[in-house]
Amino acid sequence: MGLEIEQEHPCVELSNIATSETHGENSPYFAGWKAYDENPYHEITNPSGVIQMGLAENQVSFDLLEKYLEEHSEASTWGKGGSSFRDNALFQDYHGLKSFRKAMASFMEKIRGNKAKFDYERIVLTAGATAANELLTFILANPGDALLVPTPYYPGFDRDLRWRTGVNIIPIHCDSSNNFQITLEALETAYKNAESMNMKVKAVLITNPSNPLGISIQRSVLEDILNFVTRKNIHLVSDEIYSGSVFSSHEFISIAEILESRQYKDAERCHIVYSLSKDLGLPGFRVGTIYSYNDKVVTTARRMSSFTLISSQTQHLLASMLSDESFTDNYIKVNRERLRKRYEMIIEGLKSAGIECLKGNAGLFCWMNMSPMLESNTREGELKLWNEILNEVKLNISPGCSCHCSEPGWFRVCFANMSEETLELALKRIRDFMNNKDRKDIGI
Amino acid sequence: MKLLSTKATCNSHGQDSSYFLGWEEYEKNPYDNVHNPKGIIQMGLAENQLSFDLLESWLAKNPDASGFKRDGKSIFRELALFQDYHGMPAFKQALVDFMAEIRGNKVTFDPNHIVLTAGSTSANETLMFCLAEKGEAFLLPTPYYPGFDRDLKWRTGVEIVPIHCTSSNNFQVTEQALQQAYQEAQKRNLKVKGVMVTNPSNPLGTTMSRSELNLLVDFIKENKDMHLISDEIYSGTVFSSPNFISVMEILKDRNDFNNSKDADNIFERVHVVYSLSKDLGLPGFRVGAIYSENDTVVAAATKMSSFGLISSQTQYLLSAMLGDKKFTKNYLAENLKRLKKRQNKLVSGLQKAGISCLESNAGLFCWVDMRHLLHSNTFEAEMELWKKIVYQVGLNISPGSSCHCTEPGWFRVCFANMSEETLKLAMKRLKAFVVESTGNVNGVTTKSTKRNLLTKWVFRLSSRDQRDQQEER
Repeated sequence: MGLEIEQEHPCVELSNIATSETHGENSPYFAGWKAYDENPYHEITNPSGVIQMGLAENQVSFDLLEKYLEEHSEASTWGKGGSSFRDNALFQDYHGLKSFRKAMASFMEKIRGNKAKFDYERIVLTAGATAANELLTFILANPGDALLVPTPYYPGFDRDLRWRTGVNIIPIHCDSSNNFQITLEALETAYKNAESMNMKVKAVLITNPSNPLGISIQRSVLEDILNFVTRKNIHLVSDEIYSGSVFSSHEFISIAEILESRQYKDAERCHIVYSLSKDLGLPGFRVGTIYSYNDKVVTTARRMSSFTLISSQTQHLLASMLSDESFTDNYIKVNRERLRKRYEMIIEGLKSAGIECLKGNAGLFCWMNMSPMLESNTREGELKLWNEILNEVKLNISPGCSCHCSEPGWFRVCFANMSEETLELALKRIRDFMNNKDRKDIGI
Repeated sequence: MKLLSTKATCNSHGQDSSYFLGWEEYEKNPYDNVHNPKGIIQMGLAENQLSFDLLESWLAKNPDASGFKRDGKSIFRELALFQDYHGMPAFKQALVDFMAEIRGNKVTFDPNHIVLTAGSTSANETLMFCLAEKGEAFLLPTPYYPGFDRDLKWRTGVEIVPIHCTSSNNFQVTEQALQQAYQEAQKRNLKVKGVMVTNPSNPLGTTMSRSELNLLVDFIKENKDMHLISDEIYSGTVFSSPNFISVMEILKDRNDFNNSKDADNIFERVHVVYSLSKDLGLPGFRVGAIYSENDTVVAAATKMSSFGLISSQTQYLLSAMLGDKKFTKNYLAENLKRLKKRQNKLVSGLQKAGISCLESNAGLFCWVDMRHLLHSNTFEAEMELWKKIVYQVGLNISPGSSCHCTEPGWFRVCFANMSEETLKLAMKRLKAFVVESTGNVNGVTTKSTKRNLLTKWVFRLSSRDQRDQQEER
């Protein structure tokens, strides 16, 4: 599994896992990150630096969180006297703080417009969705087995799902011919592909809304996927980390809704992953969760979560925040609205530069089509363009190949991790770049 | 049929062991001095509850640390976004300073060689992933912390081969025992990747001697493909002599003495694990760390820490707290004072019940000798005694078998996770039990007493109603 790196002291053996490249950090996704780190844009001190558009962070709603904290200091402290601090500091129960689980369940319901119910006893807490995805993989599959994942997908999955678990990812190829939707044909092809390599398929893992596409999966497609996994008797993991970032509330359909409409028949094969890193913009706090309809998975996941518990200090903070209904109702609404505005801004900006994007309705990024700009319709062509954009235009965006996209020329561009002014500047740089390209083409 | 992985369906999570079962029984009927005075007293949880007031007063004086503020200015946004697996530099610096302080500054640690993890549970598992393949083994001295069976083996597929230690020499690790363990591994066709020790020891509550540590370092010096892991999670609980000697100190001494380059790259094969769960009493905050001079280990472990990062909110709070040297100096000294006093109370309470324990100078527990209360020198007898103590006496203590001890009759009894009054009560109950079951405290048992006890605890085991149990006592 993976490549072996030569070691300085050949007698000091480490495991294959430690020395393999399956952590995936040599992909361009991470290389662009490095270029940014070396020359980061700053409005005042480095106005010609690289603008980070490769990080899917949500920075548009911090003021709402900060206001809440100012008005509710008890969330970040432990109240006067009593055993409050002590109880919190001692609390390492892998069931997680009950008040927090309840608040989380209720928040997840609100995000889905109360179209699905969540039982807080089925919530398992993990330090981030990164941990949740790896944990589920350990539980659902053995080393050498396969998970089917639609392309393009989040580059981090290569590490999260495969590295320590020894499980393989087999892509379900999607393309622009139908707006990258998952088809039954693609599912079957992927399944057969795994079989031909003698791999047992254990699950389909979808991200809904999708990263990097920025679009939520249609009801009919979800039904198809559920029917497919039922036919094949495998699991379905739905990573709904961007569920709160859908610009229009009624457009997102969670697998939870589909299951409810089927009276939870065969729900035991379904598991939902969620996190507060995107919707609430709190990646540093490490708050992830697994919601499973399978009792054995819940029990096992809980025990395994010992390796990745959420700080009780943070659980306490978020239990307070997320059980405050007036806060959450307002936050979800305002956050959604701001993201929509940002999205419209970037789409317009790119359009005026002559660049089309996939019509999205969610997420912190858009899926940009630069295939007409490629010198050659190949991965090399894409990377060449990417390099140009990184080094000349000074924008770090993510090339589709790092997301395993089968069609060259697509790029993921984040829009929520910077100020509006910075976004304007980034769009201006792109416009200038495109204008220059035109001029070059017509020989000026 | 919905299949799950073999990991999900096997028993390696270890939760069927008595260590966890006792915990479950306690949860069903927990002692509370007001609401449930006849409930089970938890003496199986190695928590440090003695010094919270010191932490609380620091928090009250330093509201910025928990208020997401630095010098009065909000840094909430910065903290909320900070997910760099290299860890918060200020926190790593404060942590290594704290670790050095605990060791009397006889060794120092480079913050660039620290990997932060969500608790030492995560740190230990991560090291296994980094150092061993599935099916390979680490040697561990017995008795050892029951959690290791899950932490080191479950998802990694690594095996543990015990280094048997006995009361004949106060459970110290001997050359013979080490070699025997190695031979055992060979017999089982297991490649040994190294040795892992907990120093100070859980469950013994003793610090490892200089000669023991040198023995271990010699062992890995000889076996150049082996590592030595020293889990020093209890290093801040050494309340009386002999002083704590970290494996890092041994390495430093040997290196200075040799005055030559580290030709055997010993420094690259020794790794230390630490955590704030015991010394600071903050198990809920999930703060663990791996320290290694091996760059490849640090690089791999750092990436793996993505699966268990410490909340930036917590890193920030603790960087401020541990960065306050006045606080840490006072805390460390006062905490040790209190632990010493409390341990003394347990030891003398046990003595009054005619029970002795291994002489200890560290930890949050004592290794108690109840061999004289067994009706036979077997683990069955140990289990019988343990059940009586849990159900009849109402104390959840940890039987030696759950720690893989080779000698029946030893129990780990915690002393720092309850009030002084509760400890007193526990000792009272224990004394009464000993008197009742032996006729007196000199180990003489009468037939009728035995029969009564048998009936009592059989009844208890079959009764599901907690209330009945309370009435009985």
